[in-house]
Amino acid sequence: MSRKKVNTFFTYFFLIIGALIMIFPFYWMIASSFKSAAEYSSYPPVWMPSNWLNFSNFVEAFKAAPFARYFVNSVIVTVACVALTSVTTILGAFGFSRMRFPGREAIFGLLLSLMMVPFEMLVITNYQTVTKLHLVDTLPVLIIPFSTSIFYTYILKNFFDSIPDSLYYSARIDGASNWKYLWRVMVPIAKPSLVTIILLDAIACWNSFLWTQLTIHVDKLRTLPMGLFVFMSDEGSNPQLQLAAATVCVLPMIILFLFARKYIVNGVARGGIKG
Amino acid sequence: MAKKNKNGSNDAIFNRKFEPLIYLIPFALGLVIFTLYPVVNVVIMSFKEGYRLSGAFTGVGFGNFTKVLGDKNFMTAIKNTFIYVFTVVPISTVLSVLIANLLNKKIKGIAFFHTAFFLPLVTSSIAVGLVFKYMFNRDIGVINTIITLFGGKPIDWLGAIAGTGPYNLAAVIIFGIWNIMPFTIILLLSGLQNIDPLYYTAAEVDGANSSTIFRRITVPLLMPTIFLTMIVNLISCFKVYNEVIPFWRGEAGVTGRNLYTMVYYIKEQFYTNRQLGRAAAASIILFLIIFVFTMLQRWIQSKVDN
Repeated sequence: MSRKKVNTFFTYFFLIIGALIMIFPFYWMIASSFKSAAEYSSYPPVWMPSNWLNFSNFVEAFKAAPFARYFVNSVIVTVACVALTSVTTILGAFGFSRMRFPGREAIFGLLLSLMMVPFEMLVITNYQTVTKLHLVDTLPVLIIPFSTSIFYTYILKNFFDSIPDSLYYSARIDGASNWKYLWRVMVPIAKPSLVTIILLDAIACWNSFLWTQLTIHVDKLRTLPMGLFVFMSDEGSNPQLQLAAATVCVLPMIILFLFARKYIVNGVARGGIKG
Repeated sequence: MAKKNKNGSNDAIFNRKFEPLIYLIPFALGLVIFTLYPVVNVVIMSFKEGYRLSGAFTGVGFGNFTKVLGDKNFMTAIKNTFIYVFTVVPISTVLSVLIANLLNKKIKGIAFFHTAFFLPLVTSSIAVGLVFKYMFNRDIGVINTIITLFGGKPIDWLGAIAGTGPYNLAAVIIFGIWNIMPFTIILLLSGLQNIDPLYYTAAEVDGANSSTIFRRITVPLLMPTIFLTMIVNLISCFKVYNEVIPFWRGEAGVTGRNLYTMVYYIKEQFYTNRQLGRAAAASIILFLIIFVFTMLQRWIQSKVDN
């Protein structure tokens, strides 16, 4: 019995230590963004700001760079990306799951093998393409190239495949076209999978960096991670201002995570995020 | 009977030859332009020497590959990338197995622990990297404060004592491990949850203690998942880029050269030097490395499935 107690103690001990290490950078980021300049630069470090309601770093950061603009850009890009990707994914998954056409399996197999091609390898050609399309330095350049996803289509197709055919036939008898069947029957049933896809895509869009770095050079079109990157590379800005800006960049995703943790974790368990 | 649709009978619609196109065209359009075409084009581009953004080039051959492979910076990139991959992946795997095993027990406060361990999944590497940058600060950073608290000497993580010490890369590796832990723990945890509880019950009946159970039952049964997780992480770590960016204002290390990674090199060749052909050749080399590990993954997967 006592051996069990010792085990329990160590379980919690290691879990708490680990959890603190994982969560500490977030605490430090938020705490530092409420510190005064003197508090920030003192040694040994001040573990807690004296005034948790000292929003002056946020105010100054928003004055020094148009973070409100960056925020709006991030929201526009993320919403548009997710909306477009959802539509192409739903239609594509339905096409591959329920339509019959020659070479269907072979084409889908080819798509799956394309999944292992890293985006970094496609970047050079895609940059040429968007240059030719005159999309560089416009917001659509952050949206259009990401409007389809093999991975999400694959997840949703698998789910569609698992929906029994009997539903399909009864819908046909009721006079529903494929189109209606898809939107009125399949999509509502697939809601959990769709929510997962939407969340994973939103996270990826919000945090996207390399492509933004290549294609957006105009200040007013920057997204939050990009705006933050430029702001933190600027010699003149103070660490506590930068960390306040980082908090603004990260907080929406933290809130999303707190509300939708289970969906996100389930999605990740199925295989993909963070490239 | 089925109702008639205004376009004719239902069957006519279901069998319409071109109906699949309506569903597949939006998907196919994006795919062909932004994935399929670039895959073909990058191969062609890699053999065009002196290739410019406009599409003009000076010759055809292996010139890009020989130039890249003879480039000191590319060798640095390969070296750093391999060191990064082969430290981050094993260390994060070992730590994640231990944590996942603890999280799989009946514990209170599971929501708190899940939140704490998985939060980095959703946060921008640039933003959190910035936090790490200040935590790594030599003079007032938290990490050195803790090191000195335990009697150690402060480390100049992001700077250069005596040239370019190994600390720059160490800082990136520490950040990389922190960053990849949540993903690794989740995959391992779902592997653990697939282990039949009967094994544990049987072991407990036999009076095995928890460390024996962990070594003799959990780890062997989890081995296939551990392998697959490692391969997936290996592939993603070969693409390390975002983890380098925040520490030195976007430069590759304190000298601007010592921390080249393969993706950083590709970006530099293409974006800064406008050497598209060389960038393409470098990205093909990266792909080949990833390809080998993907094949390895498939092979292991097929072994596991049988």
